Amino acid sequence: MPSIAKPVATHPSLHRNHIGLTLRDYEGVMSTLCAGCGHDSITAAIIRALWELSVAPHMIAKMSGIGCSSKTPTYFVNGAHGFNSAHGRMAAIATGASAANSELTYIGISGDGDSLSIGLGHMCHAIRRNVKMLYVIENNGVYGLTKGQFSASADVGSKSKRGEANRMAPIDPVMLGLSIGATFVARSFSGDKEQLVPILKAAIAHRGFALVDVISPCVTFNDHNGSTKSYMYTRKHAHRATEANFVPPATEILANITSNGTTAVTMHDGSVVNFTAVPEHYDPRDRQQVYQYLTEHAGEVPTGLLFLDENVPDMHEMNNTPATALAKMPYDKLCPGSAALDELQEEFR
Amino acid sequence: MQHGTRVNDFAFKLANVNGTGSASANGLLMQAIFRMGIPVSGKNLFPSNIQGLPTWYEIRVSKDGYIARALDYDLMVAMNSQTYARDVREVREGGYLLYDSTWPLDPSLHRDDVTFLGVPLSRMCNEAFKDPRERILMKNIAYAGALVAILNVDMAIVERLLDEKFAAKKALRESNTKALTLGYDYAKSHFMCPLPFHLEKMNENADKILIDGNTATALGCVYAGATVAAWYPITPSTSVMDAFKEFCEQYRKDPETGKNNFCIIQAEDELAAIGMVIGASWTGARAFTSTSGPGISLMNELLGLAYYAEIPAVVMDIQRVGPSTGMPTRTQQGDVFEAAYASHGDTKHIVLFPADPGECFDFARNAFDLAERFQTPVLMLSDLDIGMNDWVVPRLAWDEHYRPDRGRVLSAEDLEKIPKFQRYHPEDENHVAARTLPGVHARGAFFTRGSGHNKFGGYTEIPDEYQEVLDRLLRKQRAAARFIPAPVIKKRAGAKIGLVTIGGCDAAVREAVDLLSKRGVEADFMRIRGFPFDETVVKFLTTHDLCFIIEQNRDAQLRGLLLLETKVPKEDLRSILVYGGFPLSAKHVVDEVVRQLRNRAIEQKPESVVELGSWEE
Repeated sequence: MPSIAKPVATHPSLHRNHIGLTLRDYEGVMSTLCAGCGHDSITAAIIRALWELSVAPHMIAKMSGIGCSSKTPTYFVNGAHGFNSAHGRMAAIATGASAANSELTYIGISGDGDSLSIGLGHMCHAIRRNVKMLYVIENNGVYGLTKGQFSASADVGSKSKRGEANRMAPIDPVMLGLSIGATFVARSFSGDKEQLVPILKAAIAHRGFALVDVISPCVTFNDHNGSTKSYMYTRKHAHRATEANFVPPATEILANITSNGTTAVTMHDGSVVNFTAVPEHYDPRDRQQVYQYLTEHAGEVPTGLLFLDENVPDMHEMNNTPATALAKMPYDKLCPGSAALDELQEEFR
Repeated sequence: MQHGTRVNDFAFKLANVNGTGSASANGLLMQAIFRMGIPVSGKNLFPSNIQGLPTWYEIRVSKDGYIARALDYDLMVAMNSQTYARDVREVREGGYLLYDSTWPLDPSLHRDDVTFLGVPLSRMCNEAFKDPRERILMKNIAYAGALVAILNVDMAIVERLLDEKFAAKKALRESNTKALTLGYDYAKSHFMCPLPFHLEKMNENADKILIDGNTATALGCVYAGATVAAWYPITPSTSVMDAFKEFCEQYRKDPETGKNNFCIIQAEDELAAIGMVIGASWTGARAFTSTSGPGISLMNELLGLAYYAEIPAVVMDIQRVGPSTGMPTRTQQGDVFEAAYASHGDTKHIVLFPADPGECFDFARNAFDLAERFQTPVLMLSDLDIGMNDWVVPRLAWDEHYRPDRGRVLSAEDLEKIPKFQRYHPEDENHVAARTLPGVHARGAFFTRGSGHNKFGGYTEIPDEYQEVLDRLLRKQRAAARFIPAPVIKKRAGAKIGLVTIGGCDAAVREAVDLLSKRGVEADFMRIRGFPFDETVVKFLTTHDLCFIIEQNRDAQLRGLLLLETKVPKEDLRSILVYGGFPLSAKHVVDEVVRQLRNRAIEQKPESVVELGSWEE
């Protein structure tokens, strides 16, 4: 059953966030994905990130397309608005939604089929427009709902459950994002919640489009020997290229940037991301360097908040729109009135 | 062969090469005639090309107010050697042809029944102007000067138009005057001026404007309060968004903050454009896209989502000739079916059919009201002829009391009062349920989905629950019939047949009604202005022995829609179809009505001789 309700009772000792809500308040209905699906771990990380950031649930817009990943928005934040749209079109719909109401926190959940095949164009253009949103690709290299076809992120040589090897080069969303000007590029692993939660928080605080590629093994169709998106393979090949620590705006930040080897990036909203354990000569603000690092580590799965640029205006800044949502703009501010129409029509004589 | 004098009742055609600047000379003539107070229409028949291919501009003046395309030309201005042969052929018997006599005309093109007026335009302009580009451009103004003389255009008005146009460009103004005078003086000294058919001032345009449909559509969107627009460039719709942007820059810059109270997004494709509109409407903005047939094809997927999830969306479809790329700069009404049933599964939309720029302005506003009231996509089907040609229409009027019909949207206060919000239940008398907007209130939170859902908005795969929602959607769409603009009906005494049409065919069909009447065939007129069809449409069709459904597509799409959606007998609806890409003319209609009536009469009474007269009176 796709929407099994969870018990409502919560333990009184549960921690509450700044707006008085517990982690349970950020949960959704029971997941109907396969037991052990990486997506459920990502859902849990999203719940924690939103809870820790104290985002009011009804100010959250959960956007998705079609696919296993796109089903997950029902599994977190019941009290948020959600839009499970059409295959591949989420980025476009989220762009329009954001254009009309910039006050909401947009959480886009997509998969590798949704984002790297049918919706590739929309994702790329949302990146170019720097639409302010968290965009998660729950990346498992395979089509689950249609039972095991390769997706565009499948690596060359990776084997399907039936033993067939993929021969076409993969589309790597991280490299793609970097090459078309993405301003926030991260990769993580569904099995590494410790790393994922701060990345998600930084992504939500980011000025524009935050691309978070999360390797999320498909236990049913892509978790066997020979797959390069299995738990085993990812555990073996993933290494943390950066450790990002997210510090919200209200917190005193000075103490955090004194430690050695730390790069601190102040976000547009005043929060700070501290990068620790950054490899030598790795500057997460230098697109070329990041690109080079990733190229040198091809075949591995470098994870972390890999690239961050807080200096690029988002879609609203580029369009010079007001802080108030256009959707809320009173009509008398929008209609020029009959006198203006009369005057204008003198030009049509 | 000399015709008698005809004042304000003739047509002329200008044959040009595209990209040579003829449009401004032709527009100047059109505007001057408009300012002379004479009913006038202009049709630009242009190629899908930037420079070098044939392009024509037709101007018809009609003291009686007939503005449909004329097929007989009293005068041809033949400025394109590529099309000389064809252009010479098109002049009516006893007509005139003005050509550039710098070079001799091929003797094989000569016609005894046409008067050739040679003006050495190139030679005069080459002598008068130095710059090569200016020589080409000014040739157009020079022929305009000659036409001013032979057609009796008011020179003072032309001068004033040039003053207005070149207020800030003195040098250009001088060149224009010079070229205009060259043509004018030459014509005055070499030809009989004016010709037997010519212009005289009238006073028919005091309350009228000259505007194209795309500009009017954009203006309608501004006045309707649209804030988000997403689009992908496609002829012939592009100028909708160009105009919308221009009007927004003019009217939507916040005087206090300098911020843009609008957001226009050039999308990566039409899939995205409609997606953006749906996203923006979902959050509560009035949003629209403008496109043409190929764009609607791409939008089919998400139009189904908006229909099923019940999200408003406004789509301006400026139709062009299909299928496929077709003829992008030619006009057609080929998207009727596509618009009515866009998307997979059982979908049915609200469609509006404006006839001219005036209705484009009004219907644009209606489209938003309908989309929000019925929480569904609304498609407005304009076309290239309406959208890109300048039309003389009554001044646009705006009702200061107008307030957008946002439909059933629950406010924070509303939500406080109800125990639980359910998206698709309960429904009102129009079968619409209340919606909520994101960010308004915690209780309004709702998960929108294009997947199967029950009336409470929950996911379902249960047949009864699914059907219950789908059936309500049908009732809802039918309920919209009462809210769309009613058909325009003109009755004539004794009429037993009806001429039924949509959109830009209006003028031609009205004229045809008059012409048929002169030949003893009385016909009632109905122009359908929207879908779903209301009772009046059905009544009109069922109370006539025979109706001719006149439209600009091959497959009789309006007729097909009428047959599918009403119970009118098939044999009572005949088709008149003109779909070659140029606007409809009354002659098309009259000839075909006469032919079909004659055949029908012969079928019914083979022995009788039917007298319906012939076209040549």
